[in-house]
Amino acid sequence: MNIEIALLLGQDGLTNGAIYALLSVALVLVFAVTRVIYIPQGEFVAFGALTLASFQVGKTPGTLWLLIGAGVVVALVDLSSALRSGQRRHIPRIVGWNLAYPAVVAGVIHLFTPAELPLLAQIVLSLALVVPLGPMTYRLAYQPLAEASVLVLLIVSVAVHLALVGLGLLFFGAEGSRTPAFSEGSLSVGSLTVSGQTLWVLGASLTLIVVLALFFERTIYGKALRATAMNRTGARLMGISTVMAGKLSFLLASLIGALSGILIAPITTIYYDTGFLIGLKGFVGAIVGALSSYPLAAAGALLVGLLEAFSSFWASAFKEVIVFTLIIPVLVWLSLTTRHVEEEE
Amino acid sequence: MREIAPVLEVEDLCVSYGKVEALHHANLMVGAGQIVTVIGPNGAGKTTMLSAVMGLLPCSRGQIRFQGQLRSAAEVEEMVALGANLVPESRALFGEMSVEDNLLLGAFTRYRSGDRDSAGTMEEVFRIFPRLKERRTQHAGTLSGGERQMLALARALMAKPKLLMLDEPSLGLAPLIVKDIFRVIASLKDTGVAILLVEQNARAALQVADYAYVLETGEIALEGPSRQLIDDPKVVESYLGLGGRH
Ligand SMILES: Nc1ncnc2c1ncn2[C@@H]1O[C@H](COP(=O)(O)OP(=O)(O)O)[C@@H](O)[C@H]1O
Ligand SMILES: [Mg+2]
Repeated sequence: MNIEIALLLGQDGLTNGAIYALLSVALVLVFAVTRVIYIPQGEFVAFGALTLASFQVGKTPGTLWLLIGAGVVVALVDLSSALRSGQRRHIPRIVGWNLAYPAVVAGVIHLFTPAELPLLAQIVLSLALVVPLGPMTYRLAYQPLAEASVLVLLIVSVAVHLALVGLGLLFFGAEGSRTPAFSEGSLSVGSLTVSGQTLWVLGASLTLIVVLALFFERTIYGKALRATAMNRTGARLMGISTVMAGKLSFLLASLIGALSGILIAPITTIYYDTGFLIGLKGFVGAIVGALSSYPLAAAGALLVGLLEAFSSFWASAFKEVIVFTLIIPVLVWLSLTTRHVEEEE
Repeated sequence: MREIAPVLEVEDLCVSYGKVEALHHANLMVGAGQIVTVIGPNGAGKTTMLSAVMGLLPCSRGQIRFQGQLRSAAEVEEMVALGANLVPESRALFGEMSVEDNLLLGAFTRYRSGDRDSAGTMEEVFRIFPRLKERRTQHAGTLSGGERQMLALARALMAKPKLLMLDEPSLGLAPLIVKDIFRVIASLKDTGVAILLVEQNARAALQVADYAYVLETGEIALEGPSRQLIDDPKVVESYLGLGGRH
């Protein structure tokens, strides 16, 4: 291996690693707040990328039907519980978010021809369509089980993952999609050429991480999420509802997932089931951070990206094996160094 | 004696853990601006009662009226929004957050309803607990036991509650610090907040309270103005005698 190849592989590894880092941060967030191991995170990566790709070829993405359908189900569930407990003041909000909002998104898609819109507008529209599916998933699959054990929640995650992969196949078919790069051109530094999309991925990931850090450190809602993660009862006694915290963390996670998919779609061909493997690599990073430390998770995820890039050069047939084997020494180390944490208080 | 407008009325309250009933037909009233205490030995059901009033536990029977309003669906967040605040036995602080952030979150519900002056309230709270001001940037987890209890109290005050419920604020604290805490509790009366104080430290509780209930194995065994209970031979023997728990 010479220095040029090493630089190229390093660039590759950092680009993928940045995406894994974003996903690992989302996984840590969701686990800390809700104790859910969020396997379906990967499906949001695929949904984001494939929704954008559908817009670009002039098709209506199937995720729109999912948004409308899930909205109707959530509205029915929430309305019936609001009526039963006599809390009519929640009705406008329930109708607004679950029925009116999907209708507005559908209307926008119908009125404008998304294929002719500028890329930025297409991306915003894709996010507007995919991101609300996160909190809806929380409402339907996890909220009724808020008191269940981590294991039960994990099983639910597997089920949600399988259901969403199936829907992905139904919506987008078995063929993969690749979207055009955000911008033409590349950057040359000496003998190293960095593609424009790589810069977009690195820049966007870094920006998003900084924005997330500011959100958690500086805003009262960010602090409320951290408070729920630290002491759920304490947070409830401050009026921070566990449901609100859960929905907010799922909203952030699906935003991160969908945006990650959109960022890498010009680099990798995305299939309906590609998200799972990408999400798993983010998960390896999250495990390095013991599902609790954001910086360690992000660093672990970067390491996964680099390891993957270099092992694809040395032993490409074993690249996935090498990456996932990383989890074993980490788990051994964690089990030796951390005392067993009791579930919830 | 008790014709003050009630803030909290508990009627015929029963609470069960699975099949075991831990609180039987409890009746209790806290009037505006009053300090009311519930004393009783370990395991009597004091925490159970506070948890049910706050909405942390479902009631199997009975009614809870807060500020005259019947509370149907017990939701903690709603109780906080209405102006009830509980400082639990565990204090439930956010250990890896600064004192300031803990206090800020105390005002979360006010913030959501549009009252954003947390800085002003924080200054008021710091006047009551100057020690917390010195520690404002320190993590809550690094505080001493007394400071933690002060922070838990201060955090609850950030919500500007109408009813403050305290579960054994003296638990595990050194006698001098207990004195400090009770002095603060007594002084809170001037702010007009109603206080429901649960204690095993019966003497200290009876000294600050206007009215008292004695809870024994899930039942209210005795009640009356604190001044009367403090001289009641039964109370003296069980809770204030030398063998009593302090
Ligand atoms: N989570 C629980 N599950 C089952 N029983 C409980 C639980 N919490 C308390 N109890 C029982 O309820 C009774 C009252 O407990 P508690 O309200 O904590 O008493 P106190 O606060 O007066 O010490 C005790 O007998 C206790 O064993
Ligand atoms: Mg107790």
